[in-house]
Amino acid sequence: MNKQAQTLAKDNDGGSIFKFILSELRPKGRILTPFNIIAIPIILLGIVLIVIRFINGIGSITNLSQDTPWGLWIGFDVVTGVAFAGGAYVLTFMVYILKMEKYRSIVRVTVLNGFLAYLFYAGALLLDLGRPWNVINPIIGNSFGTSSVLFLVAWHFLLYMIAELIEFSPAIAEWLGTRRARKILSGLTMGAVIFGITLSTLHQSGLGALFLMAKDKIHPLWYSEFIPIMFLVSSIFAGLSMVIFEGSISHKVFFDQISEKNHKAQSGILQGLAKICAGAMFAYFFLQLLVFIHSKNWDLINTPMGYWFLFEMIGFVLVPMLLYLYSYRTRNILLIRLAAILTMVGIILNRLNVSVIGFKWDAPVHYYPSWMEIVVTLTVIFTEILIFRWIINRMPVLRDSPAWVEEEH
Amino acid sequence: MNFDRRNFFKTVCVAGATLAVGNSFGAAKPDESNIEFQGVLYDSTRCLGCRACERVCAKNHELPEPKDELKAGVIRKTSEKQRSVINNYVTSKGEVYVKKQCMHCNEPACAAACLTQAMYKTKEGPVVWRGNKCMGCRFCMVSCPFDVPKFEYHSANPKIEKCDMCYDRIKAGKIPACAEACPGDALTFGTRRELIAEARKRIFENPKDYVNQIWGEQVAGGTGWLYLSSTPFNEVGFNTKLQNSSYPELSKGFLYAVPSVFVLLPPLLLGIHEATKNRNQANDEENE
Repeated sequence: MNKQAQTLAKDNDGGSIFKFILSELRPKGRILTPFNIIAIPIILLGIVLIVIRFINGIGSITNLSQDTPWGLWIGFDVVTGVAFAGGAYVLTFMVYILKMEKYRSIVRVTVLNGFLAYLFYAGALLLDLGRPWNVINPIIGNSFGTSSVLFLVAWHFLLYMIAELIEFSPAIAEWLGTRRARKILSGLTMGAVIFGITLSTLHQSGLGALFLMAKDKIHPLWYSEFIPIMFLVSSIFAGLSMVIFEGSISHKVFFDQISEKNHKAQSGILQGLAKICAGAMFAYFFLQLLVFIHSKNWDLINTPMGYWFLFEMIGFVLVPMLLYLYSYRTRNILLIRLAAILTMVGIILNRLNVSVIGFKWDAPVHYYPSWMEIVVTLTVIFTEILIFRWIINRMPVLRDSPAWVEEEH
Repeated sequence: MNFDRRNFFKTVCVAGATLAVGNSFGAAKPDESNIEFQGVLYDSTRCLGCRACERVCAKNHELPEPKDELKAGVIRKTSEKQRSVINNYVTSKGEVYVKKQCMHCNEPACAAACLTQAMYKTKEGPVVWRGNKCMGCRFCMVSCPFDVPKFEYHSANPKIEKCDMCYDRIKAGKIPACAEACPGDALTFGTRRELIAEARKRIFENPKDYVNQIWGEQVAGGTGWLYLSSTPFNEVGFNTKLQNSSYPELSKGFLYAVPSVFVLLPPLLLGIHEATKNRNQANDEENE
């Protein structure tokens, strides 16, 4: 049925696109997969909670307080989620700018992941906004707060989403079988890549710069004037670790989509990424060390927060860095995956330490997320995965482009 | 505001240009160096702890009348239902009443943080919140070193609550409601310069009654609300570790770097792209 539709669309060069999209909207494959059985009830519960939140206010389902204005939804969904989405700008830099052709086969899926991450995690921001109907204000220009780091971040989110959509759009054109559109859209790729890398550099660091004015509230072991640089450097290996993690899962789940050639290339790709991660993590660890020595915070190390700091820096930066190095040398794919997971835990720890755990660490009452905040966060993540799966099953993301693309080159 | 003729023309030209260009990006800022902010001097040695200011504030801003009791040593905080509180601190010099509300910084962190200019430093001095612009992101709460803005977490149409120095009254030529209601003359309204002069005079004339510091003269780059106290300020609930330079200064470096990154990075990327393209072509040709 689907194959038919595809050929139909291709033959008519867009003539029956409407019919084709309608047929594609229907779910494919089994409905009762283990993932669906877990995800769908959580998503439904999450939707109910979101409705409650919009009727009774943010406080009705979150543990946020006057002391802790930003909780899980900002600290994890937005600040951590965007760091994980950093893989897209790093990979497009490697493939389109440095021409590292080895990684070309995973660019599309990484860009798609990045785009969906921004769409959903920046979308999750809307849930956290008290007055979301005014979200358009910094965009339409009746009230530009140009002195605000958040203004910069908001604009960059928006523009970067557009850039990533352009980078991904040839895949959509191939899916719809519109040759002319594909030609035009792939001509825009390089511009979008350069623009996108610039935007990413600025808003990855910008997310760190959000916390610069909270100087007296963030624990001094995590606060320094270099937070923006730390966030930027760590987004490199955060993004790539996510690529390793996601790629490893995709290779199992969407096994049938991936050509034999790309299957064989995978271990080489993972090793290459492991090497880059190790390098970036070394730079990051060294920066952290320099900042620590310069800030003369030795006395803080022998406190509970100090142990927590060491736990993060040694357990989840130094150890995965060495693990990456070792697994790259020994070509051990399993260890590369383990290192990726440790690195990702480290990034979650770091972003939460800056934005939530270390924020007002000395307050008498501490914030911890309510179960409802966690359910809403899971709702966002699961919905994103569902959409991701829907796209992978339809568009040439993991599988090779249709034959007519090659013909035109 | 002391305008001389040149400044007046400058302002007119700038204002005209601003209107012509549209009040958005790149519009030159009017010269603000000779604007004088207004503020309030609070003298804790004169405060009786009668809480008339609290009540009149609640009445004036349609907030519930504060009913909780004032007890020595029990610290109440401002909240989304109370913009101004009086507390009774037990200090080395006995019990001292101190009023807390928004400090109305000269360079407010909340206004610098606000991406919609909902938090806004008016030219008269008060820092006000404008609901039609605010999107409720609470970045002002994260940034404010005094933890002043409060958010209505239990409302579908939440507001940020904080003291606005009775901006409407100031515009109408009146003084803030609390300053008017104070029976002990603890609150004095005026321009910041006059208030600092007045505070110095009081310290000079009665050096035994005051610590030799005006809280707010320097902290956070200077604030509109100024405090005199008989005890060191850390004993009456002030965070004396706050920096004296302004808080927006902290993110200025980052923001200044943005245009240069935007100008320099794309050509660099394009250059690398071109360089690697040639290399690949050369390789191809060799292979052929």
